[in-house]
Amino acid sequence: MSGAMERALERLVRVRGVRGALFVAADDGLVVTQLLMENVDGKAVAALAASLARKIGGAAGVAGAGKVRFAELDASEGTLLVTPAPEGLLVVVLAEPRINAGLCRLEMVRAAEAART
Amino acid sequence: MSTTVVEQWTAEPLEHYVAQASARIVVVMTPAGQVLAQHGFGRAVDLMGVAALGAAIMASAGALADLVGERTFAALFHAGQRHGIHLAGCSTARGALVVLTVFGRDTSIGLVELFFGEFAAARRAAAPADSARGPILAENFEAELGASLATLFGR
Repeated sequence: MSGAMERALERLVRVRGVRGALFVAADDGLVVTQLLMENVDGKAVAALAASLARKIGGAAGVAGAGKVRFAELDASEGTLLVTPAPEGLLVVVLAEPRINAGLCRLEMVRAAEAART
Repeated sequence: MSTTVVEQWTAEPLEHYVAQASARIVVVMTPAGQVLAQHGFGRAVDLMGVAALGAAIMASAGALADLVGERTFAALFHAGQRHGIHLAGCSTARGALVVLTVFGRDTSIGLVELFFGEFAAARRAAAPADSARGPILAENFEAELGASLATLFGR
């Protein structure tokens, strides 16, 4: 695991309400590296988040909205945040409901940059 | 594409798996290559070839695992340009089974792996425990293969 990616995940999980953060291979839906709370199934989150990102990307393309830069799924029991990263990766965050999405997004963009190094 | 099964208890878990994982082709077979259920095939001859090759790959991987000191490899994954292949074993009360899944770019290996785990658990739960399958003997193999294909393709 890249040290920069590991440090980026550590910064992400320090954001209040974040239950876990992962780098996921966008095409495969497999975990590249993760930092999760104990009761979070990283394999399932990675597979489903990558699937969601692919479908949102398809919808954005059909709608002529261009490339997706950030996706937020706000559900009653939690929030899923996804942003693309270089090298065919996604940064995925699983968080409590009503998370500070702005702060989280900032850290996710930093994390995505870490994947480039 | 239709799903056909030799033993009815395999139908529901298989249909659920195909839908969840967006699989194009699924073959459930014994380690000897005898097909118990399939999805995605229209012709017996294609199914026979795929089942034989899948069983052979699993057998080779098992032998390789043995050589490197592993009990077995849980799953094998081959990625292609348009399709991927996931090949894995699972145990049930009816004996060990091999499942070959072919999937396209509309899904991913992560999703296939995820739903394969659920599929294997559903098969274990659904398998009738009263009659474990005996070893397939060489003298019975041809007849059992023919009977399976006749059931799967209605001939």
